[in-house]
Amino acid sequence: MTLWEKMCASDLLGGKQGVIGLAVLAAVIFLVLPLGVDIFRLNLIGKYLTYAFVAVGLVLLWGHGGILSLGQGIFFGLGGYAMAMFLKLEASDPITTKIQSTPGIPDFMDWNQLTALPWFWEPFKSLPFTIFAVLTIPALFAYIIGYAMFKRRVGGVYFSIITQAVALILSILIVGQQGYTGGVNGMTDLRTMLGWDIRTDSAKYILYYANGLLLFGAIFLSKYVMSSKFGMLLLAMRDKEERVRFSGYDVSNFKIFIFCLAAMMSAVGGAMFTLQVGFMSPSFVGIVPSIEMVIFCAVGGRASLIGAVYGTLLVNYGKTVFSETYPELWLFLMGGLFIAVVMFFPNGIAGIWDKYATKYGWFKDKAVTAKKPEVSTTGVETHAVLTETLSAEAAAATESTDVAASVKKTTRKKAAISSPNIRGAEA
Amino acid sequence: MFGYSMAEIGNIVVMQGFSGLSMFTVLLLMALGLAIIFGQMGVINMAHGEFMTIGAYTTVMISKVAASYGFTDYYFIFAIIIAFGLAFAVGYLVEFAIIRHLYKRPLDTLLATWGLSLVMQQIFRSTFGAKEVSAELPEWMLGSVNPTPDIDIPINGLFVMGLAALVTFGVYMFMYKSRWGLRVRATVQNRTMAGAVGINTAKVDRVTFALGCGIAGIAGAAFTTIASTGPTTGTLYIVDSFMVVVFGGAASIVGTIASAFGIAQAQSVLQFFMTSSMGKVSTLLAIVTILMMKPEGLFASKLRK
Repeated sequence: MTLWEKMCASDLLGGKQGVIGLAVLAAVIFLVLPLGVDIFRLNLIGKYLTYAFVAVGLVLLWGHGGILSLGQGIFFGLGGYAMAMFLKLEASDPITTKIQSTPGIPDFMDWNQLTALPWFWEPFKSLPFTIFAVLTIPALFAYIIGYAMFKRRVGGVYFSIITQAVALILSILIVGQQGYTGGVNGMTDLRTMLGWDIRTDSAKYILYYANGLLLFGAIFLSKYVMSSKFGMLLLAMRDKEERVRFSGYDVSNFKIFIFCLAAMMSAVGGAMFTLQVGFMSPSFVGIVPSIEMVIFCAVGGRASLIGAVYGTLLVNYGKTVFSETYPELWLFLMGGLFIAVVMFFPNGIAGIWDKYATKYGWFKDKAVTAKKPEVSTTGVETHAVLTETLSAEAAAATESTDVAASVKKTTRKKAAISSPNIRGAEA
Repeated sequence: MFGYSMAEIGNIVVMQGFSGLSMFTVLLLMALGLAIIFGQMGVINMAHGEFMTIGAYTTVMISKVAASYGFTDYYFIFAIIIAFGLAFAVGYLVEFAIIRHLYKRPLDTLLATWGLSLVMQQIFRSTFGAKEVSAELPEWMLGSVNPTPDIDIPINGLFVMGLAALVTFGVYMFMYKSRWGLRVRATVQNRTMAGAVGINTAKVDRVTFALGCGIAGIAGAAFTTIASTGPTTGTLYIVDSFMVVVFGGAASIVGTIASAFGIAQAQSVLQFFMTSSMGKVSTLLAIVTILMMKPEGLFASKLRK
C-alpha cells in the first residue's frame, strides 16, 4: 500500500475526493495565491482566511450540529482583543510613550485620563498567557452561554436571537468603555511581537503561512471530530434531537462541546487577524460581522469544511471588489446572496459541486467505491443507535407504527449523510 | 444619592420615565408586529425594522407634501393609514416571494430576511439619501404639558401613547375576538387540522405576516414624532424588539406590553444615571440573564408542547 492509497483509504480525509479537495485547497493557499498576487493583496487574503476559521467552526456548529449561532463575532473579537492587548502593551513601552502624562500605558488609556494599567491588563504582558487566553477565554465564555442555554433545552431560533443579543452587548460595551478597550477605534498602531516587527513584508509572508497552517489544523481537527462517533451523534442530533436524547445521550453536553470548539476556532482566527492586520476594533465583534460570517459559511456550503473556506474567500473578494468600485451595489448583492443561497442553494458551492461531480462521474472510480463501505458502516452505527432508540421507545410504549415509519425515514436519511439534504433534514 | 435631592430625583424619574414611555410605545408597536409574526407563526423576521422604516419614510414624505399644500395639522392621520397600508402591501409581497417557501426552515428564514433587510436599507439609502430626515410635526403636537413647574411632558409623547393603546386594543380584538383571529390561532395550533376544516392556511399566513409588517409601519409613523429617520433606523430597534417579544413570552400580548414597558423604562432611567451605553448594556445583560434562567419568557402561555 502506497502512501497515496493509505491516504485515500483513511476515513479521516474522506476518501480520494476528500484528499484531492484538501490537496487543491493546500495548493491554492500555499502556492497559487502567494505566487500569483503581491504582498498587499496576499495580506488581504490572509485577513479573509482568518474569517475562514469562523466559517469552519460554523460548519461544525451549524452545518453538522444544526445550532445557528449569530454571535461568532464575540469569540473572534475576544481572541483578537486578547492578542491586541498583548501587542498594544508591547507597543506602549515607557520610552515610546514618554510624551504621555502617564508613560508606559497604552495611548488611549492616557487620553481617557487613566493613570495606571487596569488589573486585567497586567497578565497580557506575557505572550504565553496571551496564547492561553486566546484559547481558553472565548471557550470559557462559550461554555457559560452554552451551559445556561442548552441545559435548559433552549435551542433553535431562541439560541440565535440570544447569541445575537450577546454580540450586541459586547460591542456596545467595548465602544462604551473607551478607557479600557480603545472604544470605537479599537486598538490600533500595533507594531511588534516580542521585538519582531509584524509590519514588514517578510513578517506578513510568515504570518500568512502560519495562518494557512493553523487553518489546515482547524480543518483536520474538524474532520477528525466529524468522522468520529461524536460526529455521527451530532448529525443525528441535528436531524432528530429527541430521538438521540431518548437513546440515553446527554444532548446538551454535546452541544456545549461543539459550541466551545467552534468558539475556540473563531478565537484563533481573531488572534491571527490582529497579527496580520495590525489592529482590532469593535466592528468585528457586533451583529453585522457575526451574521456575515454565517453567510460565508452558507455560500461555501454549510456542511462542507473546504467549501466554507472557498465561500469565505469568494464573498470577501466580491466585497472588496464591489465596495471599491460600486459601493451602492454591494449591499444589494450581499442581500441578494443571503436570499438566493437560502432559497435556491441551501448546500452552497459544495452542493453544486457535488451535484455536477456525481452527474458527470468525475470521481466515479475507486474513490466512490471506497467510500461506499464508509457510508454503510456509519449506517450500522446508526442502526445501533436506532435499536437503542427502539427499545427505549418500546419501553415507553409509544405508538409503534409511528416508530416504524420514522425508522424507515431515518435510515433513508442516513444514506445521504455525505451530502446532507437540508430540506429533508429540517422537514 | 448621586448628588440629587429627593424631590429632584422624583422629577427625574417622572421625566426620564416619560421619555422612556415614548420609547416604550415604539418598542411596543414594533414588538406587537413581531409577536404576531414570530409568536404566532414562528417566523423570524429580521427585516422587521425595515418595515418600520418604510412607515417612517412614508410619514416624512407625506408631511413634506402636507407642508407644501398647507394641511399640516391633520396629515398625521392619513400618514398612519398610508404607512400601515404600504408596509402591509410590502409584507404581503415578501411573504409571497420568500417567506412561504421557508416555513419549515426557521433558521434559514432568519438569514433570508436579514438579506432582505440589507436590500431594503440600500433602497432607502439610494432613494432618500444617507442623511437622516425628519417629519414636519403639526403645531399642536409640539408643546408640552406642565402638571407641576418642574415636570415637562411633551404632547407628541402623549399622542403616540394614545396611538399605541389604540393599536394594541385593535390587535387584541383582531386576534382574540374576530373570525380572522380565530383562523390565525387555529392555523398556528394545528396547521393540518385547520386546513382540514376548510381554512385557507396559506392565505392566513400571508395576511398574518402582512399585518405584522403593517403594524411595524404604524410604529414607523409613531417613530417620526420622537426622532429623525435614516436608512438604518430599523436596525437599531430590531434586537430590542426581539428581546421584548422573547422576554415577554412569544405568544402573549400582555407579556409583550409588560416587557416592552420594563425594557424601555429600565433603559431610559439607567441611561440617565449611568452613561448611555452602560444603561443599554446593563438592561440587555439583565434580560439575557433572566432569559437564561427562564427561557420561556415572563408570560409564557401554558401549553403542552
